[in-house]
Amino acid sequence: MNGNVIVIGAGIAGMEAAGQLAKAGYLVTLLEKEEEAGGHLNNWYHLFPDRRNGDEVIKYLKDQIDNDNITFLNGTRIDNLEKSKKEFIIKTNRAKEICADAIVVATGFDLFRSERKEEYGYGIYDNVITSVDLEKMFREGDISLINGNVPNTIGMVHCVGSRDEKVGNPYCSKLCCVTAVKQAIEIRENIPESKVFCFYMDMRMGGALYEELYMEAQEKYGINFIRGKVSEVGESFNHKLIVKVEDTLAGRPLKMEIDLLVLMAGMEISEGSKKTGKLLGLKTGENRFFQSRDNHYGSNLSNIDGVFYAGTCTSPMNISETISHARAAVLEVMDYLKNDRK
Amino acid sequence: MIGNNMDKFGYSISKGRQINYEANDRKIAEYIYENEPSFRLCIECGGCSATCTTGNLTKFSLRELFVLIKRGENDQIWQNLKKCMLCGKCTLVCPRGVNTRNIVVLARQAFQKSNDYAI
Ligand code: SF4
Ligand code: SF4
Ligand code: SF4
Repeated sequence: MNGNVIVIGAGIAGMEAAGQLAKAGYLVTLLEKEEEAGGHLNNWYHLFPDRRNGDEVIKYLKDQIDNDNITFLNGTRIDNLEKSKKEFIIKTNRAKEICADAIVVATGFDLFRSERKEEYGYGIYDNVITSVDLEKMFREGDISLINGNVPNTIGMVHCVGSRDEKVGNPYCSKLCCVTAVKQAIEIRENIPESKVFCFYMDMRMGGALYEELYMEAQEKYGINFIRGKVSEVGESFNHKLIVKVEDTLAGRPLKMEIDLLVLMAGMEISEGSKKTGKLLGLKTGENRFFQSRDNHYGSNLSNIDGVFYAGTCTSPMNISETISHARAAVLEVMDYLKNDRK
Repeated sequence: MIGNNMDKFGYSISKGRQINYEANDRKIAEYIYENEPSFRLCIECGGCSATCTTGNLTKFSLRELFVLIKRGENDQIWQNLKKCMLCGKCTLVCPRGVNTRNIVVLARQAFQKSNDYAI
């Protein structure tokens, strides 16, 4: 009807943006490098704070993109991207040339690779896992150690790859505190006799119903919270993990034996975002996420006219924020195509 | 035990400061959890200790006491517990609705019951 739009990335933000644009009558090409749409959500079992099944949200999003105005190209790699006058021309491995009047960049985040925090032993000790590994265990209904035994003591390490100058990520990933609390509760539900410890620097429960979940974790599930940054993890001769931390509220160093240690990996701008950013010449900020034109009222606007941001390629966001951000991006696209582009 | 007068040479002066979680006995904490579940809700904010008259006049922190009980670091707790006047001011301040005063009462009971600390 009134314009062609390319949406890059079919995670939550990309699917929502494509769906809303299609509903408004625009012709959308939705590009995804993986076979399956859904992004990181595909790895998640239950969602915080209400612990609903992640598949329900995936279903909503898949229904969104089931629209005649949308061409969904999966397994797609962008080879070239050019802006000629006011038109964008994309070359991919699947379609020779796609032209569009605007682009929505919804290329998302990657999880911090936890092996980079060597001192926590991911990839060295078998029973050190990440939050995503644990989510997979929930999905499979089998939370066990490498030898098949059920863990009795479980530790959750907050801020892995976030708020850490040593790995170049000074920012807070915003969602890992609530993820830790949610997962701690689920561990206790799965293994009622287990003991769970969260090692945190600050509890950042800044979302609707997060603090309530934290209280529930304490009161109903008896989760233990120890304030201190884990300094290192070792292994004892009987294959228990030895965690060292300062119990800062007691003002004393503390040593504890843990069966299973879960690292709450933070969020970084994705490799796909970096690649797209390079092709288009997009600006990134200090935290390496894409830099919006204005922090307060222009978070969907990039430094290039006709290129818009949706979702976690700009900063860590939860699902509802991501969906809102994608919808806001659609408004910006419509405004651009109707008013500015002329 | 340090024999042979070794303590005279300073070998007993510096006890390790590390909390060895497995080695500690947390039955006092368990007793409180059972009888006053709000003990679990403490977030160690220090509101209680800020208002506490005892804490303002002597070296006493209810917040610190709570964390030490939870870790099973019971050594200095009994002496400290006696300082509380049970005035209940702390309970009025707590943002998490922890029944702080009752925890002091229960902690005293638990210590009295425990053979290790009976007086
Ligand atoms: S949300 Fe919590 S765990 Fe995640 S980076 Fe922020 S403070 Fe750390
Ligand atoms: S009840 Fe005890 S701890 Fe609480 S304010 Fe009074 S003296 Fe302080
Ligand atoms: S005021 Fe309440 S939450 Fe804060 S430290 Fe005291 S008991 Fe804990």
